[in-house]
Amino acid sequence: MKVYSPTSLQEAYEILASTEAKILAGGTDLMVLWNSNVAKLPQVVVDIWRMKMLAQIDDEGEVLRIGARCTYTQIINNPLTKNFAPALVDAARTIGAVQIQNRGTIGGNVVNASPAGDSLPVLVAFDAKVEIGSLRGVRTVALEQFYTGYRKTVLAADEMVTAILLPKQREDEVSKFYKIGTRAAQAISKVVMAARAVLQGGLIAAVGIGVGSVAPTVIRAKATEGVMLGRQIDDELVTAARRTMMNEVKPITDVRSTEFYRRTVSGNLVAKFLREIV
Amino acid sequence: MSVGTSVTRRDAQSKVTGQALYVDDYRLPNMWYGATVRSTVPHARIKNIHYSPNFDWSQVVICDYRDIPGRNLVALIYDDQPLLAESIVRHVGEPIVLVAAPSKELARKATRYVTIEYEELPAVLTIEESLARKQKLFGEDNIFKSYTITRGNVDEALASADIVVEGTYRVGHQEQLYIEPNGMIATVQADGTLLVQGSLQCPYYVHRALKELFELEDDKVVVIQNTTGGGFGGKEEFPSVVAGHAALLARKAGRPVKLVYDRSEDFIASTKRHPAIIRHRTGLTRDGRLIAAEIDLTFDGGAYCTLSPVVLSRGVIHALGPYNCPNVRISGRVVATNTPPNGAFRGFGVPQAAFAAEMQMERIAQVAGFSPVELRRKNMLREGDTTVTGQILNYSVGTAQVLDAAIEHSDYLNKLQIYRNQTGSKRRGIGLSLYYHGSGFTGSGEEKIKGRAAVEFDKEARIRILTGSTEIGQGTRTIFPQIVAEELGIDLAQIDFEESNTAKVPDSGPTVASRTCMVVGSVVQKAAAALKAELIRRIALSCSLPEEGVSYKRGIFYHQDQPLMTLTEAAARFCQHSPIRTEARYSSPPGIKWDDASYTGDAYPVYAYAADVVEVEVDMDTYEVKLISVLTVSDVGKAINPRLAEGQIEGGTVQALGYGLYEEVFWKDGHMLNTRLTNYIIPTALDIPDLETILIENPYPYGPFGAKGIGELPMDGGAPAAVAAIANATGAFITQLPATPERILEALCQSKHLSDSL
Ligand SMILES: Cc1cc2nc3c(=O)[nH]c(=O)nc-3n(C[C@H](O)[C@H](O)[C@H](O)COP(=O)(O)OP(=O)(O)OC[C@H]3O[C@@H](n4cnc5c(N)ncnc54)[C@H](O)[C@@H]3O)c2cc1C
Repeated sequence: MKVYSPTSLQEAYEILASTEAKILAGGTDLMVLWNSNVAKLPQVVVDIWRMKMLAQIDDEGEVLRIGARCTYTQIINNPLTKNFAPALVDAARTIGAVQIQNRGTIGGNVVNASPAGDSLPVLVAFDAKVEIGSLRGVRTVALEQFYTGYRKTVLAADEMVTAILLPKQREDEVSKFYKIGTRAAQAISKVVMAARAVLQGGLIAAVGIGVGSVAPTVIRAKATEGVMLGRQIDDELVTAARRTMMNEVKPITDVRSTEFYRRTVSGNLVAKFLREIV
Repeated sequence: MSVGTSVTRRDAQSKVTGQALYVDDYRLPNMWYGATVRSTVPHARIKNIHYSPNFDWSQVVICDYRDIPGRNLVALIYDDQPLLAESIVRHVGEPIVLVAAPSKELARKATRYVTIEYEELPAVLTIEESLARKQKLFGEDNIFKSYTITRGNVDEALASADIVVEGTYRVGHQEQLYIEPNGMIATVQADGTLLVQGSLQCPYYVHRALKELFELEDDKVVVIQNTTGGGFGGKEEFPSVVAGHAALLARKAGRPVKLVYDRSEDFIASTKRHPAIIRHRTGLTRDGRLIAAEIDLTFDGGAYCTLSPVVLSRGVIHALGPYNCPNVRISGRVVATNTPPNGAFRGFGVPQAAFAAEMQMERIAQVAGFSPVELRRKNMLREGDTTVTGQILNYSVGTAQVLDAAIEHSDYLNKLQIYRNQTGSKRRGIGLSLYYHGSGFTGSGEEKIKGRAAVEFDKEARIRILTGSTEIGQGTRTIFPQIVAEELGIDLAQIDFEESNTAKVPDSGPTVASRTCMVVGSVVQKAAAALKAELIRRIALSCSLPEEGVSYKRGIFYHQDQPLMTLTEAAARFCQHSPIRTEARYSSPPGIKWDDASYTGDAYPVYAYAADVVEVEVDMDTYEVKLISVLTVSDVGKAINPRLAEGQIEGGTVQALGYGLYEEVFWKDGHMLNTRLTNYIIPTALDIPDLETILIENPYPYGPFGAKGIGELPMDGGAPAAVAAIANATGAFITQLPATPERILEALCQSKHLSDSL
């Protein structure tokens, strides 16, 4: 195995363009796959851990630019994310435990493309974009469009994710993050949801809901949002939102949970969100 | 004094500093590494074994059953389990071919070039399929063993009972999850001695298995236990398989071979707790007195018998729980299926039985409107009462003490009332369990084994304890010296502990059945007392005094009240040429009688008793259960080392709560699906609240300083208490373990509780 540790973007792009290589960030997904023989060991590895320019969090006005190689620990401690992305901070706190938070990166979570990735519902709910770079240039893709199927992304072989562009939470906006794992720590989500809303004059003026672990990819719960938008929060809305969410998710039964549980809890969590923000 | 104080574990420092060597830490010169080719189907005839020409087989050594010089079996109760499959495989993961290679990677790679061609046979994957004799796997009826206990006339009593309550309870597999997976290193020495070292609980079990496999004399097999990272029963019988495999490879390769499983392989290959279906029909008088109990238990033994009959027997004897009932019929059986063999696991049949028994008590209380405490109080065994096997309990019966303390310390009665009929999105609940666990082997087991232990006294006046009882984390190597120090009134620092090596230590019987402290500890105490007597004899002889006139106290020998000599002086005098060794054997307490044929009598010399109170909070949006508090009150007889006793109870309680709330093995077509720690869920530190552990000392007259066995006890009560708490909080009465959020949701739906709110 050949391992490159580039320190500049140009260098990294050139390697990716010239050979078939696997990008290694924190390795918290990859090492597990390699160790258990689920994924074959690649011939060439591009270790991006030392690429400092990918490990920054910047304020770009409307959005935060979160470098792909930022760890959860960075996200938890950074004043920008604390102020403008509290739901992402909440999500980061639930990932693995401290060791994983020190090593695991947001770029890794996004590209790993697990439907249970815990940062993803937040990113979807807030209309985040993925910034992608290669020798061919830079492009951005909405997170919702980033996934093309179960564990499939739009990323080409010569591309890498350079940053996540996350719109800041507005001052009049509230957000919640709910992770339902198999236990209190070191748990993969059975259902994970992030929701945000703006209430104006008692009506829901804006809303975004992302749900994970209930479909082949993270989903944006558009139908449920539609039911909620412009409405005032009352029992009727709670019931309608719960029902819509239960129909909108497409969960399966696996070793972590059952379809029925995931469906029911997805509905319950929307109801809980409405109860909590009213 | 030594007994009753929480001296620091002898292995604490070496373990926390990483100096303790586990089997995988050893690298012997010229050592190779083993790997195992396993069955990928649950039941099949092996048609052909194909070794791919794309691999260079000259770099490795391959073994199959034909390389076994003796009988191809893992010697245990029935001789039904081959060390390596011959023509039939009976479960997924059954070993077929072994490979050894200069590196672990190469050995594992080689296994991928072996293809087994199968002719699949119909597979029996559940208890129901086995009972229906879907396919004949064992004997005529697929039953490895069955037991019946009868007392009084249960049919008449049920017919005349004021109240009859029925319940069916189910439990699944539980994985052992010792921290260190199974592993062994085998070496054939120049003189032909087979030396096996590794992770194990019972050196003499491995010794016996190897003797049979390789047709060797006693002294040509040496088994050494390395530092062992937990056992729980999973390293009782199973290590014989790993040792046999490593030894086969070592003989053929002509060099040491190490065989260590990774976590997934350990999940696939090793023994787990028996799943069970348990039915209760209980008859009571109007005022809540048990008058009839009909209990039916079926355990899933898996593909081979292993220790299943003994597991079943303990389950059957404990099936009623610690209660009086004049009319009883308990029938139990363990059946064969095409799933990996289940085996010894802390609790040994009782956690299954106790879950059912205590949930049945809860159900009775609920259905008939009794207080769960009063129902238990009215029926629980007390001194002088008679158990289901007709055993009269003459001493050390702690039911009332543990129950009273648990109720009082937890404010159970008050909370039980308050928590009924809550409506919020987070609901609290409190649950109780009362349970007991027989210490030592069942029935005539201890008499058959007559475990031995010895002490050696050398010229430096150091005392060495020699026993086959192993340290598996539970504290053997700390408490035995405490017992000897107490018996001889000397300093702990004077006492050594011989390594667990079959060439050096006597067979004390296996390190199982909560017997190490109570049974073997008493033998060690006896050996120390025998040393005292032997020294007195020698001193009397050499000083020309009558033996009766010589006494010993705290390191000094006296004649009448005059000091004669110190222990150190005695050592110098009598041990110049060789140490003095005294040995002792176990003998049952007076009056103990057991009849194997009728299954009646004194099933255990004594029982340990405990009560748990668990408080939970259930999130009604997610059905997640948060443990708020866990209290365990245990009657341990005497805590030789209170901190270690508490450690045993806390660890066992967490394991029991895992069993109750989290741990579940998922199967598909005979394959275990969740073979990783990411999907086989055990609780973490964040899932467990501070545990409150109260020890009650109700001495057992024949235990060392009053001690009873408590290793398994805490495994029995956590699950029913937690599940009862969930019922108190939500009204959901769960009858199948684990009580996951998914099952709580289902139970709520059934009780129509939820559909109203949807
Ligand atoms: C014990 C444990 C607990 C865990 N708990 C959680 C949890 O609670 N929630 C959760 O969501 N996840 C969890 N994970 C999974 C994992 O930690 C996260 O998905 C993490 O974010 C992955 O980041 P990484 O940097 O380690 O990725 P890596 O393993 O380095 O990479 C993951 C994938 O992303 C690709 N990749 C990484 N960075 C880039 C990039 N910049 N551009 C293109 N491709 C890239 C890699 O090639 C690889 O395919 C856990 C893992 C472990 C081992």
